[in-house]
Amino acid sequence: MKALLRALWHQRRARYGLALVLALCGLAALAPWLAPYDPVSQLDLARGQYLAPSALHPFGTDFFSRDLLSRVLYGARISLSIALLSVLLSVTVGTAVGMTAGLAGGAVDAILMRGVDAALAVPRVFLLLVVVALWDNVGVAGLIAVLGLTNWFDTSRIVRAEVLSLKHRTYVTAAQALGVGPRRLAVRHLLPNVAAPVIVTATLGIGQIILIEAGLSYLGVGVPPPTPSWGSIIQEGQQALAVAPWVATFPGIAIVITVVGFSLLGDGLRNALDPTTR
Amino acid sequence: MIVFLVATLTFVLLHVAPGDPFTRASAATLVPQEVIQQQRRNFGLDRPIYVQYGRYLANLVRGDFGYSFREHRPAAAAIAERIPNTLLLAAVALVIAFALGVFVGAVQATRRGSAADDLLSLLSLTLYSMPVFWLGVMLLLLFGVALDWFPVGGVVDDTVYPYLSPLGRLWDRLQHLFLPAVTLGAVGAAVTARYQRAAMLDVVGQDFVRTARAKGLRERAVFFKHALRNALLPVITLFGLSFPLLLSGSVLVETVFAWPGIGKLAVDAIHGRDYAVVTAVAIIAAIMVVVGNLLADLLYRVVDPRTREAQ
Repeated sequence: MKALLRALWHQRRARYGLALVLALCGLAALAPWLAPYDPVSQLDLARGQYLAPSALHPFGTDFFSRDLLSRVLYGARISLSIALLSVLLSVTVGTAVGMTAGLAGGAVDAILMRGVDAALAVPRVFLLLVVVALWDNVGVAGLIAVLGLTNWFDTSRIVRAEVLSLKHRTYVTAAQALGVGPRRLAVRHLLPNVAAPVIVTATLGIGQIILIEAGLSYLGVGVPPPTPSWGSIIQEGQQALAVAPWVATFPGIAIVITVVGFSLLGDGLRNALDPTTR
Repeated sequence: MIVFLVATLTFVLLHVAPGDPFTRASAATLVPQEVIQQQRRNFGLDRPIYVQYGRYLANLVRGDFGYSFREHRPAAAAIAERIPNTLLLAAVALVIAFALGVFVGAVQATRRGSAADDLLSLLSLTLYSMPVFWLGVMLLLLFGVALDWFPVGGVVDDTVYPYLSPLGRLWDRLQHLFLPAVTLGAVGAAVTARYQRAAMLDVVGQDFVRTARAKGLRERAVFFKHALRNALLPVITLFGLSFPLLLSGSVLVETVFAWPGIGKLAVDAIHGRDYAVVTAVAIIAAIMVVVGNLLADLLYRVVDPRTREAQ
């Protein structure tokens, strides 16, 4: 763990990534104290619509006279927590499925992996659209579940491949010879060894999920209003592009910074964990 | 096979989801129960699940994707009308993505570690981390609203298009195509450039490139005939993999630019609760992905003689 952090710290880009991610998590956690206004309160519908950025409203205001800086800050809370929780879910499911397939082999493996192939063939957004269309008004918890449950396919493939390569190592055979059951074998002996690639995929996956969640919210099927979400703020901003271009601009910048942070951190982790590139 | 599995997946999703198209009507209680039961019978929703599944598959094979309640015509007809638009947009974006991406990635690899390489890496990382719809909105803001160089949406300008000369019509179409295609292509180009750069760096370190240099070949010939050609292989794999990404992106880009393709159709269908269209588009998208993978396999054979001999 210490060695990992050191390897991470020795890469300039990974340092930037880590700093960005930590800063964003801090901003999101402290949003209630940092935000100058309430993100959903309509401050002054008569005179406060589409105010340009100023000292009073650094990011300006939107159609409902809401303070955009506060909305973007609270949006970070929403986007990051959705991304973190859904990736946690997808990593858990993906690891479980991958381990099961890799350890069981045979028909179980074949069925699980063909299912994964099929799911991967459907462009993600279409799959999500089908699900979201069928269960209307999923809410934030539902969205986390849907994003998590449609995102574990890659992880399961990676874990399965790792398990297959580890399965016949001597230490695994030794453990089996000592009478270790399959469950204990998976958790105690295999899990620590598949953790590295899973962590890398998860970190890169957080960035991707933020993009997908923003996309769904932009399409109006993600986080329901008036909860501020970066994607839905951009959608609202597009309606007023000529009048108030700042509404669509700032949340997009926030997304780019966040995703760049997770990409840099993920790449750095991969380099740190992969002995060949060190 | 994949398409069959996808069809099964959507069928399962359809039936796991709460209620059927008529539950909403029963909740309203404006429609008498007998009518709802009659409608369920008409659409075969009262039959056992395996009968419904069999019929569903049989219908799909015949190209019947169900009935669009919103457009009052078969879903297949609505989709057929929109597919050319999506294919046009996707094809142009794909050309932009790979032409630009391969070029930029190769240039970066030849100037490894230079300021230009760093700058381009940063640019592609930023583009890669950018929501494609936001890029579209920003281009729209800059070129459509602020500068007014390009139209802000649609395929053609509906008011003047019928009166334009053939050349004028083509120009109008190109103008409308430009921003969406660049938006979708730019993100793809960023991904391709990252791959191409890595692949080139992988190849230029290998023995046959050194041999080519040692033979006294000019740098240009080494670059194009030896290095680039071999570095294209992983990029072709990416080509096959990029279809799902491209189609997902086109849903968003079509929505930004009001481009009447199947992505926009699917989004409109969701807001209109038109399930047949949503599921049909998902299945069509899966078919397009499968076709894309086949194309990638064929391209492999063109570029890599070894796969040809393996046949």
